[in-house]
Amino acid sequence: MSDVSLVVNGKAVRGTVEDRTLLVQFLRENLGLTGTHVGCDTSQCGACVVHVDGKAVKSCTMLAAQASGSTVVTIEGLAEGSELHPVQAAFRDNHGLQCGFCTPGMIMAAVDMIGRHPAGLDEPTVRAELEGNICRCTGYHNIVKAILAASQTMAAGGGAASRAA
Amino acid sequence: MYSVSYQRAGTIAEAAKLLEAGDAAALSGGMTLIPAMKTRLSAPSTIVDLRHIPALKGIRATGRRVTIAAATTHAEVAASAEVKGVCPALCHLAAHIGDPHVRHMGTIGGSVANNDPAADYPAALLAMEATIVTNKRDIAADQFFKGLFETALEEGEIITAVTFEAPDQAGYAKFPNPASRYAMTGVFVARRSGQVRAAVTGAGDDGVFRSAEVETALSRSFDPAALQGVSVPAGNLMGDIHASPEYRANLIVVMAKRAVAQANG
Ligand code: FES
Ligand code: FES
Repeated sequence: MSDVSLVVNGKAVRGTVEDRTLLVQFLRENLGLTGTHVGCDTSQCGACVVHVDGKAVKSCTMLAAQASGSTVVTIEGLAEGSELHPVQAAFRDNHGLQCGFCTPGMIMAAVDMIGRHPAGLDEPTVRAELEGNICRCTGYHNIVKAILAASQTMAAGGGAASRAA
Repeated sequence: MYSVSYQRAGTIAEAAKLLEAGDAAALSGGMTLIPAMKTRLSAPSTIVDLRHIPALKGIRATGRRVTIAAATTHAEVAASAEVKGVCPALCHLAAHIGDPHVRHMGTIGGSVANNDPAADYPAALLAMEATIVTNKRDIAADQFFKGLFETALEEGEIITAVTFEAPDQAGYAKFPNPASRYAMTGVFVARRSGQVRAAVTGAGDDGVFRSAEVETALSRSFDPAALQGVSVPAGNLMGDIHASPEYRANLIVVMAKRAVAQANG
């Protein structure tokens, strides 16, 4: 067993878990943060993407013990009360989701992508950056639109944009 | 996943000690090991996490000598201004491994130690005559890569860094498998005082190798046109559901052309 302690969405959390526990299991089962999804469990789909120490990673491919000591942000950590994060708002405005299963991972990937491209994004970059996120519904078109829109809002300092996610 | 014991090492010495335990495996970014453990292709009873060892982090470039510590991630190599300054081809290579999330975790040491026959880094290290530095010795890339998932590493030996003198010119092009993004064929070309080395990944029956045909042609003229009509024998190439050996043989020439075009800017 491992004792793990992390900061998740701004709150310090601890737990004692089996060493084999995946970070995604710890988030969902121990912390009840079921916004992070498991689509494939094989590092393909990106439904499980969360931020660990500010970087998007696949939480199905990391042990909770590996993440101990880190700061984690999940989809639940983005909105400020009832005010959606600009990326969440852009997904809603641009119809960037249908069933919504891939959406938490898409949004976490998008926030990371926008953060790494302060000079802005274009469509080919967004599509290339979505390499690790699979959507079975939308055909990606509106996801790409939503990310481009959010990147513009955030560059303009709109929404809760300046807040680090 | 099956039950396993996780140990986090704080220093290289501590990691070496922990790896002495029977059936222990070194864990770096985990992008290969954890999926392999889920399917039980690998089943170590102990995993020793190297990712938190400060000595295994960071990139140093002095003149054209580049040293990349083993636990440096693909994203860090891709974004490194030092590496870009002397060897932009390596940044390009790192920027096209897997996907952004995988690049945030996966490390150069892990990739090299695993020596997947379709991994990208082995081609770069072989073409650039890099040295693989371990906690015990320095190993030339020519002696390091031994075949499919086989390296010169001994039991418990830990890669601490890779180091190379940046060549005068270098380029890398791969034809990625559309699903896995692993190279279905990738070619790294490096030119150093008129000599050219070309290493091929993703295509060899026995892992990464140098293509004599490509090297001979490019040593005459370092130009994509020099590869016109060059053919590579398919005899020792991989064939699978994705591509036949003959298809890969053709891809080697095509990727080599693209890599040279990139090297020539
Ligand atoms: S569940 Fe992690 S990548 Fe699909
Ligand atoms: S909205 Fe259904 S999988 Fe993306």
